[in-house]
Amino acid sequence: MSRVHVTCTINGDPAEFLCDGGQTLLDALRDEAGLTGAKEGCGTGDCGACSVVMDGRLLCSCLVLAPEAEGATISTVEGMAAGDDLHPLQQCFLEGAALQCGVCTPGFLVAAKALLDRNPDPTETEVRYGLAGNLCRCTGYDKIVRSVLAAAQTVNES
Amino acid sequence: MLSAMKYASPTTVAEAVDLLGAEPDARVYAGATDLIPQIRAGRPEPAVMVDLKRIERLCAIARRGSTYTVGAATPTADICAHDGLAAAFPGLVEASGLIGSDQIQSRSSWGGNLANASPAADTPPSLIVNEARAVIAGPAGERTVAASAVATGPGATSLSGGEFIVEFELDEPPARTADAYLRLIPRTEMDIAVVGAAARITLDAAGTVAAAAVALGAVAPTVVRVPDAEVALIGRRPSGDALVAVEAAAAAAANPIDDKRGTAAYRRQVAGVLARRAVAIAAERASQPGEQS
Amino acid sequence: MTVTESKPRYKYVGTRPVRHDGLEKVTGRARFAADLNLSGQLHGIVVRSPHAHARIVSIDTSKAEAMDGVKAVITGDDFPAVDPSNRNYDMCVNIMARHKVFYEGHAVAAVAASTRDQARAAAAAIEVAYEVLPAAMTIDEALAPGAPVLHDHMMTKGADPPATEPSNVSDITRFAAGDLDAGFAEADLVIEREYTTKPVHQGYIEPHACVADTGQDGHTTIWCSSQGHFNVRSSSAAMLGWENTRIRVIPAEIGGGFGGKTTIYLEPLAVALSAKAGRPVKMVMTRDEVFRATGPAPGTKLKVKLGARRDGTLVAGDAYLIYSGGAYAGSGGLLGAMTVFESYNIANFGVESLNVVVNTARSAAYRAPAAPLTAFAIETMLDEIATELGIDALDLRLANAVAEGDPSTMGFPFARIGFTECLEAVRDHPHYSAPLGPNQGRGLAAGYWFNIGESSSATVNLNEDGTATVVTGSPDIGGSRASMALMAAEELGIDPLDIRPVVGDTEAVGFTDVTEGSRATFATGMAVVEACRTMVAELRGRAAKMMGTDIDDIDWVDGQAVYTGSDGDKAPLSVAAICAKAKRTGGPLTATGSLEAHGAGPGFAVHLCDVEVDPETGVVRVVRYTASQDAGTAIHPSYVEGQIQGGVAQGVGWALNEEYIYDSDGVMENPGFLDYRVPVASDLPMIDAVIVEVPNPAHPYGVRGVGETGIVPPIPAVANAINDATGCRLRNLPMSPVRVLEAITANGGSDG
Repeated sequence: MSRVHVTCTINGDPAEFLCDGGQTLLDALRDEAGLTGAKEGCGTGDCGACSVVMDGRLLCSCLVLAPEAEGATISTVEGMAAGDDLHPLQQCFLEGAALQCGVCTPGFLVAAKALLDRNPDPTETEVRYGLAGNLCRCTGYDKIVRSVLAAAQTVNES
Repeated sequence: MLSAMKYASPTTVAEAVDLLGAEPDARVYAGATDLIPQIRAGRPEPAVMVDLKRIERLCAIARRGSTYTVGAATPTADICAHDGLAAAFPGLVEASGLIGSDQIQSRSSWGGNLANASPAADTPPSLIVNEARAVIAGPAGERTVAASAVATGPGATSLSGGEFIVEFELDEPPARTADAYLRLIPRTEMDIAVVGAAARITLDAAGTVAAAAVALGAVAPTVVRVPDAEVALIGRRPSGDALVAVEAAAAAAANPIDDKRGTAAYRRQVAGVLARRAVAIAAERASQPGEQS
Repeated sequence: MTVTESKPRYKYVGTRPVRHDGLEKVTGRARFAADLNLSGQLHGIVVRSPHAHARIVSIDTSKAEAMDGVKAVITGDDFPAVDPSNRNYDMCVNIMARHKVFYEGHAVAAVAASTRDQARAAAAAIEVAYEVLPAAMTIDEALAPGAPVLHDHMMTKGADPPATEPSNVSDITRFAAGDLDAGFAEADLVIEREYTTKPVHQGYIEPHACVADTGQDGHTTIWCSSQGHFNVRSSSAAMLGWENTRIRVIPAEIGGGFGGKTTIYLEPLAVALSAKAGRPVKMVMTRDEVFRATGPAPGTKLKVKLGARRDGTLVAGDAYLIYSGGAYAGSGGLLGAMTVFESYNIANFGVESLNVVVNTARSAAYRAPAAPLTAFAIETMLDEIATELGIDALDLRLANAVAEGDPSTMGFPFARIGFTECLEAVRDHPHYSAPLGPNQGRGLAAGYWFNIGESSSATVNLNEDGTATVVTGSPDIGGSRASMALMAAEELGIDPLDIRPVVGDTEAVGFTDVTEGSRATFATGMAVVEACRTMVAELRGRAAKMMGTDIDDIDWVDGQAVYTGSDGDKAPLSVAAICAKAKRTGGPLTATGSLEAHGAGPGFAVHLCDVEVDPETGVVRVVRYTASQDAGTAIHPSYVEGQIQGGVAQGVGWALNEEYIYDSDGVMENPGFLDYRVPVASDLPMIDAVIVEVPNPAHPYGVRGVGETGIVPPIPAVANAINDATGCRLRNLPMSPVRVLEAITANGGSDG
């Protein structure tokens, strides 16, 4: 069966890949584009480990068909740092010990960035509800929420 | 996962109708937030996935005169961000915002929520108390039906082959009118409603109920209207005995089942509680002139 | 907040540096098992039983083998026959069924093909004929007269009189002390309660995954996510009938385990497929498979009787505990018996516990296995006793808490432990006396886990520039690499960020047991310290050579070789200076430590939980939580807090919402994160972790394991809080809105 040719922008760079019509964007990113930062934790949109931003919208890439990416601009965890300069969220996650096993971390970072882009000064409750689509089984969320709040402060002060 | 399927992204309603006509085993989708998990769980794969989101009309929110039109594939995130809708239909917008996470909100839509025909869907009870109409396109052209006429049972709709929902129409509510939606989930987020209750209340100038609509989700194969609650409210102040009557009527109207998400007895009891609370919230909102658009 | 006894002042231990593996994890570059792809790799898919209990009549793989892209198909016949007397029998027949399937999701065949879709299509084309058998899904069904007997060879161990017929009871454990009848006769108050709980899943976010590459020389390399790669090697070898030495296992980053990755499911299948196809084979479970086929913790039925004197002194305890191990013999019964009465001095007690098999997935370890459930019983009963006797619940625990020298259930005296200190830390916390709002209630509960030692190995290599690499065999599931580096830094006197902690593969480091029993920082940490101490002795010798003096004149002070002799002043030598001259003083600097660790200090915790209950819907929200725990010494306090907070979150999920749900055919109804409801961020408040430090005398830095204890108190803490808010006693898990509302409105204050 012939495959679909997709041209898009990933993390600021022009990208193209071939995918199957029914392949998910998550599988295409991981298997076709070689970006394994987004993880499959559930495949049903319930854990958020596959979070990416496409055309300004935070998504579970496991629930997006890869051909939908035609012409789209996609951001993944791999594009968060500017060269060696970590995004404040990445830095705060490191300093705040917001990760244990780290498999949910890429999804949390992408979702938290989308949250802060939309709401630069969230309350604790807004952070908790804003990240409710991302499951972490290691941390009890305490240090994740604190790190997002700390990053918001960093961003707002700079 | 689904690699045998083809993908199509029409840019006009007519093109989508033609695609569906050419391939009976094609399936339209907006967010696919229900469809992809269903296929993963073993539902047969359609031959073609028809993505409706590149049709402008399907994703547009507009107001023509006193009527709002909301594209059936409009992400609920956009609906929640729309000041006009939030002012006119606070309960419906809250129900829209309850569907899943922020990630899901980028994809979920009224069209998908209604056409997927889950008895537990969050927006249908609110669409129904607001007397929303669904504009449906198909091989025979377009037709408009009440939103309450779309779902006919779990996973079943009145849409015939080749038809899909294009947009919803909602009339600007009369003065002193507001709606509310409450649902019961075990967690704070990410769950399917165990019970949902929507209410819309219109008050007269004296603060008594002039019109009322109460609808329940997840307590029957389709959304249940509660006419006894509506009768109990009209002509009375939305408090005290009237609310007790609403609770009793809602519990009586519920026709739930035992399943993995709750027992029938629990659902019946909580349907009454949520209906009563939703009516109280809607009435409180209706009494606040600032809440009106 | 940390409660600290007087302890040595450390330079690095107890600080909070950024973890060494952190950068890779926040940039998305860390390699988890599913992130690895080898050239030429095939994709393996497992065919699973749709039935809870059935005889396999036949398996026809011919259609699948003829399909496009299919390179190998295997069934149980591709593995050596295994006898029930073999200690690996349960594991082997669980990984791939032979003759019978024992639960829905049980593996019956596997296929490898060029693409995942081809493999899926081929798996669907494998025709398995089953003769469906009646299933026993619950403890009651498995113990009922005439119940279907799962295993013809299962003769109850420990039965008195000895078993003569097979049954679904795999073993019985009994412990006793004192005189039970006399104890209860002495009691002024006796209460007896029954509890039931459902199987729950560890819920790690990373599904099981591996890649196996078998060469023509008959050796294989496995990359996988596990809590112990040496165990993956020996277990895979046992299943395949190979020597261990034919298998090399390279640990990938592990995306959570909590006990569930202490056993294996996929690796031997990937090796067998790879051997058959002559290509690497990658296998990744779906979430659905993870729920259906891996790791639940047992469901239970517990009956406990406690007797107390009027002054609150516990005088007698009697427990009858039944744990369902899933389809094969579990270990919950033994562990439940070891923990039920362990936290309190009860002079007269008796415990009888049973492990029962049922037609659900084979159970696996889950964080302090069995203990959260015995704590559920004991800690809620203590609350009832406190109320009945008019004694403060915390004082009641203080009065009965075990301390140094008191006998454990097994009869050994406790070494120095910190239970009393944990109780005092909670009593002194502002939370303890904070006011409650409407419909709110507060619950207190304690918990205990014994922790274990086992085998560990470590190698320390000093690099040419004076930095160090520390290689251990312990997979890092929660930040243990940072702890290894901190202990090595303290020993060597070099900055922890100049130390690179690495998890070595099975051919790069000495044998190391699984990361389980909260043992990594304790036992593997001891091996690191041992290696470092050997290294320091070597460094002193090298420095002596460089200074032209004797090793006895060299002390190791703060990362430097310091001359203490009387032959004038000699400039101290740093690690870097000694490394720079290593070629001239005896060659590369390397040292190892390998040991069987003993003296894992038991870990105690005391939790305080506030809930708010909607009296009309039964919905419970946790609104405030404080958890004290004795860590011995916190090597990296942030990750100690993280272990406590994570344990609390899992315990709260277990208390309120998590459960396996089966339909009438024994098919799991909630095999996904939608309806298997683990807590999300908005379900929880901040969790105030109060680290208590009562150093473990058996560890060079006083470490006690901290990974598991935190999950023990939350269930009773939540239950006690619900009781405080509503007056209702919930004794069946989960304490879902349905159950809570029933208790409030229908059943007169209990859940049935």
